[in-house]
Amino acid sequence: MAKNQYTYAVARIRAMEVSLFSQAVIDQLLACKDEKQCLLLLQEKGWGNADTPLDAEAILSCEREKTWKEVKSLADDPSVFDVISYADLFQNLKAAIKQAASERAVSDIFIPDTQISGEEMLDIIKKKEFGRLPGFMAGIAREAYETLLHTQDGQLCDIMVDKAALEAIYEAGKRSGEEIIRDYAESTVAVADIKIAVRSQKTAKSLEFMKRAMAECDSVNINALMRAAQNGMDAIEEYLESTAYKGGAKALKESASAFECWCDNRIVETIRPQLYNPFTIGPVVAYVLARENEIKTVRIILTGKQNDLPVESIRERVREMYV
Amino acid sequence: MSELGIVYALLGAAVAVFLAGTGSAIGVGIAGQAASGVVTEDPSKFAKVLIMQLLPGTQGIYGLLVGFITLSKVGLLGGSVADLDVKTGLLILAACLPIGIVGLLSAISQGKTAAAAIGIVAKKPDQFGKAMLFPAMVETYAILALLISILAVTAIQV
Repeated sequence: MAKNQYTYAVARIRAMEVSLFSQAVIDQLLACKDEKQCLLLLQEKGWGNADTPLDAEAILSCEREKTWKEVKSLADDPSVFDVISYADLFQNLKAAIKQAASERAVSDIFIPDTQISGEEMLDIIKKKEFGRLPGFMAGIAREAYETLLHTQDGQLCDIMVDKAALEAIYEAGKRSGEEIIRDYAESTVAVADIKIAVRSQKTAKSLEFMKRAMAECDSVNINALMRAAQNGMDAIEEYLESTAYKGGAKALKESASAFECWCDNRIVETIRPQLYNPFTIGPVVAYVLARENEIKTVRIILTGKQNDLPVESIRERVREMYV
Repeated sequence: MSELGIVYALLGAAVAVFLAGTGSAIGVGIAGQAASGVVTEDPSKFAKVLIMQLLPGTQGIYGLLVGFITLSKVGLLGGSVADLDVKTGLLILAACLPIGIVGLLSAISQGKTAAAAIGIVAKKPDQFGKAMLFPAMVETYAILALLISILAVTAIQV
């Protein structure tokens, strides 16, 4: 049988892309005088359901759920979304490990709708039944949990799990055989490595720390990046100039928030060609990423409004839109 | 020998109808999947996407037309079957090939182009006219093949 060309799915996604926020809608949100006005505008644009309260977190969670419900029904093989869902899965792993190690119950720490629910993950960690986790998580879950118990070093536990997440994303990208997923995985890992280098340089972290945190990828030489991070911010910028991520060097010169913004914009740049692709799973994956980016941007705006930040300060942090 | 001649002629008609019809079925199917995707989200675009979906259906009609002319030519429709030699039968088969082969391939390509054009209608319904031109361009080559098949079939002396 011929490979699924996702003709139905892509056409449906094209119709759904009409509701994605353009820069003009983002400007409208920025122009709102307070958070409540933003939320009302979001409701007017169809965000949330009829029974969703006028609350930022409730509306954003509802939109996220809606996106996943829609796209999961469009793919024959849900594993195509692994590269996107792994980040949440590993985030829940970190939360479960810390919860289990501290034995102090904290509510609402898990991201909902993951392959393994947060509660199940917590149960696995508490019972030390690591074999119930997928192969790519079992080893690191055991190692991170034992390290946390012995060292009480939460940051060390985090970087171990984060590195495993990056490696799993990279592996899923390579395995998928879809160009968009491979490119997304490559960009995600490379951008994460650059972020680690920048933050390590700013907080004077050791080479050993960076080695533990960075994951290998094709487009960035992590050894050169680590060396650059040890030699200062100028060295990182100089190294980035020689890679496909030279935009990052420019953003770094501007400000920390411009750099964080560039990191997300780089992902949008990677997926943008899918706007013109009429077949394959690419546009479906790109739509999920575009929605995630949109929700993140709205969250930034709402947080800015909650804290009465000036519009210009929020605008600096606003991500590029997919459409 | 004369029986083999009519067999070839009928094979020609069958090739024209079968290949072009198969192409159209695939093409309309591809465009139909895309049309369904759009209508799922926005039923108001039904009429526009339906027109797009129908575009790859013409090759099947062209194949039918050539098949009909061929059957008429050899007298199968009139009741008096012509006494064809092998050479004439093969000539009729060859004359039917252009619409058969071009019909098959162009209808599939047109179906894919129509699916992409349906994507334009989904996002910018006001650009329907422009969107329709892209799959319509593929039609040119099916029409050229139809022309050659009709000219060739009618030119053969029975």
